[in-house]
Order: sequence, then structure tokens, then C-alpha cells
Amino acid sequence: MLIQNKGLVKTIKFKDPKYVGDPLNAVKIFNEKYVDELMVIDIDATRNRVSPNFNFIKTLAVECRMPLCYGGGVKTPDEAKIIINMGAEKVAISSEVVQNPLIVRKIADAVGSQSVVCVIDVKKKLFGGYEVYTENGTKSTGIDPVELVQKWELEGAGEIIINSIDRDGTMEGYDYKIIDKIRTAISLPISILGGAGSFDHIRESFQKYGIVGAAAGSLFVFKGKYRAVLISYPSESEISRFTNIPA
Amino acid sequence: MIGIINYGSGNIYAIANIYKRLDIAFSIVASKDELTACDKLVLPGVGAFDETMKLIKSNGMKDTLDTLVLSQKIPIIGVCVGMQILGDSSEEGTEKGFGWIAGSVNKLEASQIKHKPCLPHLGWNNILLKSEHTLLQNIDFEKGFYFLHNYYFKAARAENVLATATYGIDFPCVIHNDNVYGVQFHPEKSHDNGVELFRNFSNL
Repeated sequence: MLIQNKGLVKTIKFKDPKYVGDPLNAVKIFNEKYVDELMVIDIDATRNRVSPNFNFIKTLAVECRMPLCYGGGVKTPDEAKIIINMGAEKVAISSEVVQNPLIVRKIADAVGSQSVVCVIDVKKKLFGGYEVYTENGTKSTGIDPVELVQKWELEGAGEIIINSIDRDGTMEGYDYKIIDKIRTAISLPISILGGAGSFDHIRESFQKYGIVGAAAGSLFVFKGKYRAVLISYPSESEISRFTNIPA
Repeated sequence: MIGIINYGSGNIYAIANIYKRLDIAFSIVASKDELTACDKLVLPGVGAFDETMKLIKSNGMKDTLDTLVLSQKIPIIGVCVGMQILGDSSEEGTEKGFGWIAGSVNKLEASQIKHKPCLPHLGWNNILLKSEHTLLQNIDFEKGFYFLHNYYFKAARAENVLATATYGIDFPCVIHNDNVYGVQFHPEKSHDNGVELFRNFSNL
């Protein structure tokens, strides 16, 4: 769930946020659909140089009957601690720890490494390879994604989310090229985000990696080619079909 | 009334919200007087062992809790780190736990986990019933619960283990000794199974 001005939005390639509804209402629907985990990202907090809205996080966390990960504007161990105390299970950090990977250790010491999720926003370079972006995809850093996640692992990150800017909102499938690179470089739990457009894409990722967190935005909030807003989620029997893969 | 202990850490609001929806009387308790007004207690926990014990001690709750649990036999359930501190000690730190259930807290062994990723143990996992108990009635064991941890409770006595989960090794995920209960997973974030567990606890 991407948040802008307390509204739920969905972007394409990190641009053109489209309003899709009220976040609290969406949480209630996701509860009824037995979603495995919810991630809420405030996409403006870092760019607007504001701290996380703790009361808003609390309102969502209280309602969530599934694990919640919050991200957006988190810079310090103290902020991470408040977010966990508001009832989120995990804190997602990105811009701040791209600039300063050593903060990961401080945040892990404050909330436990199991709750520290480092999000890497990646984009293909014009002439091959990938680059890390920050501030909601607006700032290129010149940093190599693989080197960065290795630093994060060393500093005590609990989980890595690989977010493809090129695939965001396109529903064309996950960008396996960069996921493969990162996955072979570290042994932390990985979730993948950006591009999921059908349940087949999710099944494909499970077939490929066995254990991986498959995340999606558009897939769960849009229906049909005109992108009508309809919150949906695979049923238990559908999920068991994707996960019923011989080990 | 069920008291949800607020010592400055842990997911008290999500637990409170479940009891509110179940229409079961609860209160968020943060002082000695408030604790003694409850007939059951929930001890939440998120974070590290030492930090959790230090917070409980600095809030002056430790002695009161010892009296309520050991002398007055008030049922108490610890969640996640709240479960781990029911034991004697932890590899994660140097503080002593409550020692209400014999055992120590150890790190999950990454070398025993054959597949990537290794640690933390994160996500939904099924649980295996070891001993029938009303705390676990109407629970779908296959569906299981949401876990998020690096450390586990190594129970000294097998009879204290009501259920286990498997991640590299089989480890206790529901423990019980007399009026003391503990769960490693997060029932407050485990949909219907979690709601059932909190309802069962209120009926003990």
C-alpha cells in the first residue's frame, strides 16, 4: 500500500500516483481476505523531509490482523522504535541507509534485526547493469545494488525488499535479472516487488526461488485493463496451488 | 478482566483490538495497582531479551508479577519475547528471565537450515500439537501462525511443550507450566487462529 497525503495511491514506474481509496478501509478489506502481510509505504515522507506520521501508523496497526511493515521517512533508531511500539512488526528503511549503511546496525540494535527491512529501489542503467535510486525514484545514486545489499546484510538487516522502478505498476512480471543477482549475493530473506500482474507471476517466482516473499500492489487493487479499483487477493485454495511445488 | 501489560514495548494495541472485537473485558495496565486488579495477564513483547527485562524492572513490575503469578496463580501468557522472558536466561543477553518455565533462550542455528534464506525465521508456519490443551482448541494447526524471530525457547522439560514448529530444528512454539503460558509466534497478527487463541486464553 503506497500512501500519499494519507490516501492510498498506486503509481506506474514510481510516477503518476492514482488515488485508489482510504487506507484504513483497505486494511479492513485485506483483513477479511486473510492477506499474509501488509506493507505500507509513505512515498512522500523522505522527499518532503518529514518524519513518519506515528498516529497514522498506530491507526493502521491497530486495525491490522496480519503483520504490518511500515516505511517512509524513517531515519533514526528512535523513530524505528516508536513505529514498532505503535504496533508494526517491521520497519522499512531505504533512502537513509543507502546513504549511510551503518545506520542499519543502530536500528537493528534498537528494534531487533528481525524487524529491520531494507528496501532497495533499483532501475536499469541505459547501457546495462542496475543502479540504486532514492527519494521515491527521483535521485540516482550511482551505487551498485549488490554491493549495497551485502553491506546491509553485514550490518544486521533482517530482510531485503527488491523494488523494481522499471516494473512498478506495469504488471509485466518481476525483474528476475536483478533479483537473481541479489539473491545469490546474500542469504537474507528476500521479498520482491514491482511488476506482478497476475497470479501466474507469483507462482512463477515461487517455482524459481522456493522461498521468497512475492509482493504486489496493482495486482491487488486493480481489476481489468481499465484499472478499475477493486481490492482482491488470491483465496487460500489459489495460494495452495502456487505453493504446492516439490522442494 | 484481562490485563494487557504495557511496559513500553510490544504490540499492546493489536491485542487490545482483538479483545475489543471479541467483547471481552480488558485493560491496558502499566502500574502495580492496575496489575493487581486483573485476573489474567497478557505479556506482549517485541525486541531484545535484555532490553525487555530491563524495561520491566525499571517500571517496578517484576516483583508484583512474581507475586501475582507464583503466589496468586494468575494465568499469564507471554507473546514472542514475552514468551522468551518466561525462561531462565538467554544467549541474546546477560539479564535473567522470570524463570517461571524452566528453559533457556537460544539462537536458531543457521547452519541447520538447508535452504536460503536462513535467519530470521519469518513468515507463516504450521505448528505441531504435542499435548492437547484448551488453549489450542479450534486452532487450524496446518494454517499455523505468523513468526518473526531469531531466538527460540529451549524448554528444559518436555512436558512444558504444548506445540512445536520446524525451522531448521523443531522448537517449542507453545509452552505451558501450571498457570504460565507462552507463544513464540504473533497471535495478534495471525488472523482467525490468533483470535481463537486469545479467546481460549480468556476462557481458561
